[in-house]
Amino acid sequence: MTYTQRLDGRKFDELRPMEAKAGVIPNADGSAYFRAGNTISYAAVYGPRELFPKHLQNPKKGIIRCYYNMMPFSGSGERIRPGMNRRAQEISLVLTKALNPVIDLSEFPNSVVDIFVELPQTDAGTRCAALCAASIALADAGIPMRDMVSAIAVGQVDGTIVADLIYGEESYPAVVSDIPVAVTHNNKEITLLQMDGEISKKDLIKALELAKGVTETIYELQKKALKDKFYKDN
Amino acid sequence: MDYLPGDNTYREDEKIYSKVLGLVGLSGRVIRVTPLSGPYIPRVGDKIIGKVIDITMSGWRVDTETAYSALLNVKDATTRYIKKEEDLSKLIAVGDYVIVKIINVTSQNLIDLSMKEPGLFPIKGGRVIRINNQKVPRVIGKQGSMITLIKNKTNCEITVGQNGVIWIRGTSENELLAVRAIKLVEERSHQEGLTEKMEKFLDENLKAEVASS
Repeated sequence: MTYTQRLDGRKFDELRPMEAKAGVIPNADGSAYFRAGNTISYAAVYGPRELFPKHLQNPKKGIIRCYYNMMPFSGSGERIRPGMNRRAQEISLVLTKALNPVIDLSEFPNSVVDIFVELPQTDAGTRCAALCAASIALADAGIPMRDMVSAIAVGQVDGTIVADLIYGEESYPAVVSDIPVAVTHNNKEITLLQMDGEISKKDLIKALELAKGVTETIYELQKKALKDKFYKDN
Repeated sequence: MDYLPGDNTYREDEKIYSKVLGLVGLSGRVIRVTPLSGPYIPRVGDKIIGKVIDITMSGWRVDTETAYSALLNVKDATTRYIKKEEDLSKLIAVGDYVIVKIINVTSQNLIDLSMKEPGLFPIKGGRVIRINNQKVPRVIGKQGSMITLIKNKTNCEITVGQNGVIWIRGTSENELLAVRAIKLVEERSHQEGLTEKMEKFLDENLKAEVASS
């Protein structure tokens, strides 16, 4: 048995319908909205601002902190307990680590840039949607960045390599692998790589090549979101 | 290597990339990017408006609305002799706003302030508003054309801090009109002939005020 037809009828390398918007939260220094199918994320950036507790301060450069949160009603109907849990903590950490290589806060020693990501609705690929929104929000906030980060989940469902998995595919009753990847635009460096399930080495390389290709589409979308905000403004 | 990386850019191999979202400018061989948004970076000589948040042994700590607070030393605050045991809160209390000038910034962004020049003083009365610090040059205008226009038309005292904090003092109606005018400049900062448009806007509103009163 092989996976010949995707659950939602997409082509194997086709992404879900995506939407991006910059500057959606007026109070924040920078903000963004990113939607991939039924996964929706909002990111808000505050800072650079004073960092407390003081022992976290780095006198050489500013630091970033990510907060990832799925809203209680965001899943399939089962209430998610609000606040930090083990999973949210892990994702907050990997988001911070995925954004760190592109951010240049050497001009802002001892300061912090806080990135808050909220997900009002989820259908797999939340950390990728969070990362895409965070990247737009950081650029919108005018934080010095070396590059943009675009992220997508790739994987293998019952022997077929696919891009941008939905929940139904992640939990497909067969051998499934789910690999969220974040790629920078200019150098095509991978800043986030995680995996669930199993995949052969050969297929993994194929999947990563696919990720590098499709993140280009996401980058264009992110760029357009930023341009649209400032064209309207300017 | 035909070009050199200027403000907000960096070089990687042969190419020059922008570090921020902004507009590219070329002056000689130097490529620089003017950011469209972003934090205020303190520079020596900038006039800013800040709130006093603490009183120390030798002066006041001022919140500059950046990641860094600044120090206003007693000797840079007044020409008067201050006795050792004098209560500094009598001069400037915690919570007061001050118009000050940056006289020194270190690599760690520690800021020293001065209040010893004309036009620098603790604020009494009026109102304080905030705008995007990148729009400050437009609010001031070429040789201060925009801010002079708003000052003259609304008959308000206005000081624009480079950190995006603006102090306005006049009659209540005129203060509100000045706030609206400044917000409008911030919103339409890109447009051509903005000074003329603002003149029209202010005249119309002043006329409406006279008619209603």
